[in-house]
Amino acid sequence: MLWQPRRVTLDELPLGTPARIIAVDWGKLVPEEADRLRALGLEAGATVQLAYRGVLWTRDPLAVEVGRMTVALRRVHGRAMQVEMVGATLAPVAS
Amino acid sequence: MTRHAGVVALVGNPNAGKSALFNALTGARQKIANYPGVTVERKAGRMILPSGEPVELIDLPGTYGLAATSPDEDVTRRVIMGEQAGQVQPDVLVIVLDASNLEQHLVLAQEVLALGRPTVVALNMVDLAERDGLVLDPAALAVELGAPVIATVAVRRRGLTDLAAAVAQARDAAASAPPNPRPVLTMTERRLMARTMARGATLSESSVHRLHARIDRVLLHPWLGPPILFALLFVVFQAVFTWAKPVQDMLDALFTAGSGWLRNTLAPSLARDLLTDGVIAGVGSVVVFLPQILVLFFFILVMEATGYMARAAFLMDRMMAGVGLSGRSFIPLLSSFACAVPGIMATRSITDPKDRLTTILIAPMMTCSARLPVYAVIIAAFIPARQVLPGVGLQGLVLLALYGMGIIGAMGAALLLRRTITRGAASGFIMELPKYQLPTVKDLALGLWQRALIFLRRAGTMIFAVAIVLWLLLNFPRAAPGKDQVDASIAGHIANGLAVLVQPIGFNRDIALTLIPTMAAREVAVSSLATTYAVASDDDAARAAGLGAQLKTHWSLATALAFLAWFVFAPQCMSTIAVTRRETNGWKWPAFMLGYLFGLAYVFAGAVYWIAVAAGLG
Repeated sequence: MLWQPRRVTLDELPLGTPARIIAVDWGKLVPEEADRLRALGLEAGATVQLAYRGVLWTRDPLAVEVGRMTVALRRVHGRAMQVEMVGATLAPVAS
Repeated sequence: MTRHAGVVALVGNPNAGKSALFNALTGARQKIANYPGVTVERKAGRMILPSGEPVELIDLPGTYGLAATSPDEDVTRRVIMGEQAGQVQPDVLVIVLDASNLEQHLVLAQEVLALGRPTVVALNMVDLAERDGLVLDPAALAVELGAPVIATVAVRRRGLTDLAAAVAQARDAAASAPPNPRPVLTMTERRLMARTMARGATLSESSVHRLHARIDRVLLHPWLGPPILFALLFVVFQAVFTWAKPVQDMLDALFTAGSGWLRNTLAPSLARDLLTDGVIAGVGSVVVFLPQILVLFFFILVMEATGYMARAAFLMDRMMAGVGLSGRSFIPLLSSFACAVPGIMATRSITDPKDRLTTILIAPMMTCSARLPVYAVIIAAFIPARQVLPGVGLQGLVLLALYGMGIIGAMGAALLLRRTITRGAASGFIMELPKYQLPTVKDLALGLWQRALIFLRRAGTMIFAVAIVLWLLLNFPRAAPGKDQVDASIAGHIANGLAVLVQPIGFNRDIALTLIPTMAAREVAVSSLATTYAVASDDDAARAAGLGAQLKTHWSLATALAFLAWFVFAPQCMSTIAVTRRETNGWKWPAFMLGYLFGLAYVFAGAVYWIAVAAGLG
């Protein structure tokens, strides 16, 4: 059985878990917003952590820590980002 | 303005502490205007070099990169490149970095340095970095960047002399050497470099638990955050109405006394009446709102300077998303409950132009404080002071319903506008949550002073002009002796025409006549009705009571309700129209605003009137 770090989309990441962005589906996003996210350092290779999630019962927007900065973004943006948990338990992958 | 020996521009990411540095370097002598053709603020001031030479310092809008994604960022790029009309290319650029966030801020720094322009780097807010357990080496950073690096703490005035000296040196060195462009890297390459450089410049980094994370744990808590926000807003509104009241009454008394004094000193003439009834009454009716605007702006500036504003936007984003807006629209709309003018001015923080336009267009529907005197008189006269439930009066409920209608109307309009006229890319919400910081008294005072100036300048020009025009309309042509002046005036004739138009929604000719001077400001309706029904009394309370009795004999309940409904939407406020023109750079959008809001007011007032008549209240 092959083991590898667990992959989720950023919006599904448990709070306070460090993770690395593996891939971003820029095509899902509006170009200006994609530029803005990139400018804030949210692109493949960045290490992120979900700090806060939405208000009351909604899970929107998200507050993401990237480097020494906290960035607020919407769930739709988070959903376009594949992340891999860093130093977290490995999950089995069907081989 | 005195001639300057050069132009220096501050460049940096948002939240780099640029404005604080700008204030510290220039002091109170600042000029704020718009860049020609765009609603981007141009902040300029005078900075003194060690040699005593003054140079012009401009504070460019914060940007994350030179590939612009907003009008603000575009201006920054154009100024740096020397492409902005009416702006000389800066001789020296000062890149402002947040010392505790180098990895991010060095990305822009490299892009700017690559241009090869004379550049100095200000490593700002080093004190906050130290608070976070981060010790930096400016000299090492200077070697890596190939540009002088000066450690500064703008709010404590640390490093300012060194920075000025470095600017002078960069300017003089540039005179003898040609520009020196460097290889341009891609954004990803710059980001990797930034990470390496930040690591190289860091002497030690202890994991002190960051203060802002601890505050956010409470303020952004999914259940605690919103109640805290609403409690805070409640305090703000209480303050806007209670703190400002005594000063407002004082200003009002001052204008009344001033026009009374003129009336007694000058011989009776048309010119005297123009001065007292036109100029002083017109400008005065607007200036009395200055205290409220200042109190509101005090809170907004504090919320902005501390970093809480971004959290408020975060907390409200979900609700605003429901009507196609984002959390950034929340504060402008909130401000509009006091007055739409500062509200519309506050929309500048919205990056998306369509989002911003939508917010400007719906802001006048928030029930501003100028509607309260009108609501108060009509409700007191027509709505019985009956208890509906224990502790809940009918009058209060009607007032609440009027507020509610405004909000519902605004949300409906936003939904509609975002699907039609201001349709665009889904308005997203991407925003940095800055670190918490204590605001400085100086920065707050400067901010308030600038707001007050902008407001008063408008009262002195646009509103002044409209006040005179309205007075002329009401006073010419002159009536024959013994005849009513108003009936003979142009306004009187307009009212006759208007009366036909507003008859279907239950308005009589007296109301039509009142609507004309009320174009200046909504609360004018009260004094205008008082004049129409010849209720003369110097005491406000007695006048309101007398007016109420008069209204009851001349209006049906259905007419009164329609009148209230009209004021929920009618854009009868020349200050709002003027500020919309200024903020949207033309007459197109204020004209649209007038049209659609009057249309809404007409339909809503008509609906209320006919429903009331059908219910037997006519």
